Amino acid sequence: MVGSRTVATERTEEHILAKLREGNEEAFSALVRRHTPSMTRVAMAFVSRRAVAEEVVQETWLNVLRGLGGFEAKSSLRTWIYAILGNCARRRAEQEQRFVPLTELAADEASGDELGVSRDRFFDGGRWAGMWSSAVPRWDDVPEERLVSAELRRALLEAINALPRMQRAVITLRDIEGWPSGEVCEYLGVTDGNQRVLLHRARAAARAALEQYLDEGAERC
Amino acid sequence: MLTCADVVRLITDYTEGRLTPAERRRFEEHISICPPCRSFLDQMRKTVERLGELREEDVPPAMEQHLLDAFRDWSRNE
Repeated sequence: MVGSRTVATERTEEHILAKLREGNEEAFSALVRRHTPSMTRVAMAFVSRRAVAEEVVQETWLNVLRGLGGFEAKSSLRTWIYAILGNCARRRAEQEQRFVPLTELAADEASGDELGVSRDRFFDGGRWAGMWSSAVPRWDDVPEERLVSAELRRALLEAINALPRMQRAVITLRDIEGWPSGEVCEYLGVTDGNQRVLLHRARAAARAALEQYLDEGAERC
Repeated sequence: MLTCADVVRLITDYTEGRLTPAERRRFEEHISICPPCRSFLDQMRKTVERLGELREEDVPPAMEQHLLDAFRDWSRNE
C-alpha cells in the first residue's frame, strides 16, 4: 500500500513539476494553496507570530521559484519545499533574536503529567479511583454528515490554531500532512519521546474540541 | 489492572504501536471490559482520521497575488 502510494505521489509530482516548468499558473496556484496553511503553522514553531510566519512562507515560495530550474527531484518536492521553509524560518527567527531552539520549546511543552483529558472526568479516590466518572459519548451514533461537515472542520482547525506552537507543528506534520514520526523529529529537532507527548496532547485537544462541537449539536437536535 | 486514566495516558502510544508487548496486553485487557474506554479509543481514532482529511486552501489574498506575479516573471525568464 505504502509503495503504491509513493509511486502515485512521484507520478503526481513529476506531473506538477512539468506543469510548473511550462509556466502553468493553475498548477503553481494549486501547489501554493495545497501547502501554505500547513507551512504557516510549521513556520510558527520557529517565529511564533502568524504575520511573520506568513512572510517566511512567502519568502519560501519565492526561493522555491528561484531553485525550481535546478531542482533535480533527488528528494520529493514536498521535502525540498519544507527544507527551504526550515532554513527561511530559522534565519528569520535568528534575525529577530527570538530564536529559542525547538528542542527546548518541545521539552517545555512536553513537561508535566497531563492526561489530555480533564481530571474531573475521573473519580479521584475510593474504590473507583482513576475510572471515568462521567459518560464518554459514542460517536458511532453520530450521523456521518456531521462528522464530515465544514463546521466540524472549522472546530478542528480552531483547536489546532489554539495549541502551543510545538504541539501545533507536530500535529500538522504527523496527522494533517501524514509524515512519519522519525521525519518529524528530525525536521523539528525534537526527541522521539517529546514528539510522542506533544502528539498525544495535541490529539487530545483536537478530540476535546470535536466532543464539545458534537455535544452542542446534540443539544440543539 | 490499568485505570481508565492510565488508558487515556497511554492511548497515543497504543495507536502508534509504541507499547511493549506486556503494556499492550494490559491495555487491551482493560479496553475489552470497559465500554467508555472503547468509546474514547474510537473518538481518538476518528479525530486522527478527520485530521488526515483536513484540506484547507486558505492563502492570504495579497500573498497569493504576489506569488502569482512572481511566478509569471519566473516563467517569462526561464
